[in-house]
Amino acid sequence: MKLDFIVEHLNLKVRSGSQNLTVEVTGGYVGDLLSDVIANSKQGDVWITRQVHQNIVAVATLKDLAGIILVGNNEPAAETLEKAVLENIPVLVSELGCFETAGKIYRLIAARET
Amino acid sequence: MAEKSADRGTSFSESFPVVGGNFDDAGKVSSRIKGILKKMCLPSDVIRRAAICTFEAEMNIVCYAQQGDITLSVDNDRVVIKAVDEGEGILDIDLAMQVGYSTSTAKIREMGFGAGMGLVNIDRYADEFTITSEVGRGTQLVMVVYVADGSQQ
Repeated sequence: MKLDFIVEHLNLKVRSGSQNLTVEVTGGYVGDLLSDVIANSKQGDVWITRQVHQNIVAVATLKDLAGIILVGNNEPAAETLEKAVLENIPVLVSELGCFETAGKIYRLIAARET
Repeated sequence: MAEKSADRGTSFSESFPVVGGNFDDAGKVSSRIKGILKKMCLPSDVIRRAAICTFEAEMNIVCYAQQGDITLSVDNDRVVIKAVDEGEGILDIDLAMQVGYSTSTAKIREMGFGAGMGLVNIDRYADEFTITSEVGRGTQLVMVVYVADGSQQ
């Protein structure tokens, strides 16, 4: 499933990486502990988090994640956005909380698989 | 940024400085190293595990030390990442190796670091891991990831 499909269905606000929304999303990972995300997320995952500081871009780049979704209408910090633009990492903002955001995306991916 | 060894052929070695407390550039060395390993066309699993180890070592220097150096060495069989810092050192390494143990500050934790997972992750993803430390001077990590047969992705 392409990232723009998720953007459309969850009405996400695109804050960076708009040229990169056709990237394939193969799964998702939820977490605010960076060591957890670094260790356990997989390439192609969309990362759902509450962290908005710039180091999330380094994590997403290192793990080849499809994009970062910030929950609860939390906006990325200015430096985060700068880095995300530089690395062409999609940073998206969801008005929903973590649980609802993850649940909806899980359902979209599951529906595609059946 | 770094000094290169004069080694030729298949062996490669390069060092990168890491500045303690500088969260602006945190992760930069890990990205550089991952890029170098990618260019060498090492197996993706080797790159992934080396990147995890490097990131954790880099973040430890940023979070806890004044400064440090990360050295990447690659030959046919192995990727060796050495992280040496000047910092306060670790009093009880066995304790530091326990899941969830951390001396991090509230500020570090707020950013999602300092969960007491870093050294544990390194231990899990490196094929060899040694840690030595001297209180008041610094810590040295040596992490080895074996390159399996062949060098294709």
